Amino acid sequence: MAGYLVRRLLETLLLLLVMSFLIYGLIGLMPGDPIDLMVSADPNLTAADALRLKALQGLDVPLPERYWRWLVATLSGDLGYSRLYARPVLEVLGPRLLNTLLLMGTSLALALVIAVPAGILAALDPRGPVDNTINLLAFAGFSMPSFWLGLLLIILFSVQLGWLPAGGSASIGESGLLDRLRYLILPVLTLTLLTAGTFIRFVRAAMLEALREDFIRTARVKGLSTTAVVIRHALPHTALAMITITALHVGSLFSGALVVETIFAYLGMGKLIYDAILGNDYNLALVALLLATLVTLLANLLADLAYGWLDPRIDYGG
Amino acid sequence: MAAEGLPIGRRRRFWRRFASHRLAMWAGWLLAALVLAGLAGPPLGRAFGLDGEAVNLFGRLAPASLAHPLGTDELGRDLLLRLLEGGRISLAVGLAGALLTALIGTAIGLAAGYAGGRVDALLMRLTDAIIALPLLPLLIVLAAVDLTKLGLPAALVEGGLASVWRIVLLVALFGWTTVARLVRAAVLSQKERDYVRAARALGAGPWRIAVHHVLPNVASPVIVATTLSIGNIMLTESVLSFLGLGIQPPLPSWGNMLTNAQELIWQAPHLAVWPGALIFLTVIAFNLLGDGLQDALDPRGDTRLQ
Repeated sequence: MAGYLVRRLLETLLLLLVMSFLIYGLIGLMPGDPIDLMVSADPNLTAADALRLKALQGLDVPLPERYWRWLVATLSGDLGYSRLYARPVLEVLGPRLLNTLLLMGTSLALALVIAVPAGILAALDPRGPVDNTINLLAFAGFSMPSFWLGLLLIILFSVQLGWLPAGGSASIGESGLLDRLRYLILPVLTLTLLTAGTFIRFVRAAMLEALREDFIRTARVKGLSTTAVVIRHALPHTALAMITITALHVGSLFSGALVVETIFAYLGMGKLIYDAILGNDYNLALVALLLATLVTLLANLLADLAYGWLDPRIDYGG
Repeated sequence: MAAEGLPIGRRRRFWRRFASHRLAMWAGWLLAALVLAGLAGPPLGRAFGLDGEAVNLFGRLAPASLAHPLGTDELGRDLLLRLLEGGRISLAVGLAGALLTALIGTAIGLAAGYAGGRVDALLMRLTDAIIALPLLPLLIVLAAVDLTKLGLPAALVEGGLASVWRIVLLVALFGWTTVARLVRAAVLSQKERDYVRAARALGAGPWRIAVHHVLPNVASPVIVATTLSIGNIMLTESVLSFLGLGIQPPLPSWGNMLTNAQELIWQAPHLAVWPGALIFLTVIAFNLLGDGLQDALDPRGDTRLQ
């Protein structure tokens, strides 16, 4: 187990390192580099000045060397400054990451609260009317363009009914918890509805499989009621599947959060990454992207470990 | 379509099962209608002297009328014609992307299955890694990259249909994992079968074995996976286009038609409704079609008759 953990941790680190090099290289290919931006902002700069600035900032050295310098600086804790926010990258990132984790965590929890009962109900009535209805709703959920669902909710709750704000994080001059919550409702609702569809299909499939197992048949033959069979025997059996999809879903949850945050102007990591890329804020984009990758990879690692903890039959081979 | 190449009895059973999946049948008809409308609409419009590109600043955001059945957009262009043109592009991206995805996935799956050992382990690790990554942020970076900095000629990467090809390549770059896994599993399960060994002993090369023995065995799941991927690819295209990084205006796509709709949501909410509704309907139709194909092609038998 310990050996397995070490190996997986090393693999995760290696993948993160590879990703950091790739993303670093890609960021360098963005339209316009920092010197271009300085030149366009200051008409007094000559071509010679630009070259000197380039050398001064270390932008004239080849890519691998530049990457190495960035890596050494990053590992020693210097993540650089954000161009857009004129503050250290870490200071900008912290609150944004918390906001995104709040959005993702709440949506994930709500999606599970919807999906577990719905998936079970569907599995108890395979191909029946209940199953067909739930199934169609699930299909609608994962066929929905995320940004369109957001726009529809804005049209309904903000434009037509005027109940909720169309975007932002808090009203001006308000700092109460209740006010914050009002701004959370629509983003969370959007992300929840998008996630629940996929989850329902997974719960349904896992449940159908569990209900086919011999020990379930035994429990039924012994005279246990359907409710008891489902709750006491089948449900724990589906826990493994649930953990896997939840973990595998963190990546796509991030993708969903990016869209939702952009639409609702919610100040999270996703919107930050989008703004940083479009706003030529390379330091910020690079670190934010890597942080998103790290969170996703860690979620997968945790799922693997939970797997072994829940199912002692799994042998990690050392 | 998928039924071709099956023996007569199985082909009939395929159609019976597929027809019994009523939603999938409806989805198939809807898609046929959408494809037909996308193909026939713009030329028909031109024949009647209507142009989806015609800007009319005096007729901005007009409500539905006889001349403009769905009204006009923020530049006074006819919304229905724009929707048809946009649909053509969105559907083309979905189909081309899914096809390329299936091709790449098959190639990688065959390579991993046949090579085995380290190559296999490396390719499968790569598959795991791609599945685990937060894709949209990475796609945004890739879509924003300035390809002329890589030394590609500007004529190739700018203007015209360049943004369409770019999206197709981008989605295929990350989309191949499902098909690769299916094909690899089929190679592994067939490789050591007696008849395949016999074929090999008779001098059949790996290429012949792949085409005659492995691929027919994996055709059904690959067709299902590819159908299901069309919807996903269309969703990815629409999100990227919505964010301004996919299909570039003036070329319309259902996704980029929604970009301006958000700013105009208070004045003209109807602009936000139509393109999104069409994306939603098309994607759900492809997903239901895939589901129907899965049921009809599943060799484990009629699930609905049990």
